[in-house]
Amino acid sequence: MTCEELLKALNEYVDGTLDLTQADCERFAAHLSGCNPCQIVVDNIRGTIQLFRAGVPFPLPAEFQSRLQGALRERWREKFGASA
Amino acid sequence: MTTIEQQTDEQLIASAATGDFDAFQELVQRFQDRVYGVGLRITRNRADAEDVTQQTFLSLIEHIASFRGESAAAGWILRIATNHALKLLRKKKGLPTVSYTAASADEDSYASLPHPDYIAQWKDTPDALAQRAEVRQKVEQALDELDDKYRLVFILRDIQELSVRETAEALGISESNVKVRLLRARLMLREHLTKDFGDESTRVYPDHRH
Repeated sequence: MTCEELLKALNEYVDGTLDLTQADCERFAAHLSGCNPCQIVVDNIRGTIQLFRAGVPFPLPAEFQSRLQGALRERWREKFGASA
Repeated sequence: MTTIEQQTDEQLIASAATGDFDAFQELVQRFQDRVYGVGLRITRNRADAEDVTQQTFLSLIEHIASFRGESAAAGWILRIATNHALKLLRKKKGLPTVSYTAASADEDSYASLPHPDYIAQWKDTPDALAQRAEVRQKVEQALDELDDKYRLVFILRDIQELSVRETAEALGISESNVKVRLLRARLMLREHLTKDFGDESTRVYPDHRH
């Protein structure tokens, strides 16, 4: 496997999808063990995904929160009657 | 007797479907920041993200009885939010659905992929980096700089964790387009973020003999 081939199969390797055969995975691993730049790229890609997933949520603006509550309560009453 | 806070999302939906407003409010509490975050990332506009949030929970009221227990509530709610955000984005940009499907041969193939150039280990772990406000700002900025066609695929696949098929359906593109756009998005983000967070002393250069 060349660096170029590895690049093309990067998603399947990082995501661990079934699109790669056992033999593909072995070729991938063999290339990585001898190619430091590719190792770091794979590591960086995993880091990139992790960084976005680990981010703190975006808090709802306080002023909008009360408007939202009002709108939801009103719709709830239309649908379910006076329980809200 | 379990308190409302102890109930699973799916139990809350079941209670809300019978008209229990407290259960519905608890659901809103649990999901409002995530729904708003999806709206903000996709539309890149606060007012639009608020609109997405409101539309999502109004839709939830309308369709609460049609939730099928076999899928996770979180996935269901976030998919509704994603669809509202995409609809808004299309409307606002005056773009018909087809604009996401219009593929230039080169950009949607594996030919001429953006090759990694700045290759270095990061100065810290992603989890540690994610805690810092200035890092979060840079991360969102990197995402904002991507073209919509790459940005949306990355948001849906890697942040929202939709499957390739779900992403393809939401954007109206083929699964193979999703895969190649995702790869390009990841490579472009990796390049950008490694320039921001890479440790220069660990920098290596692509080995062109391979």
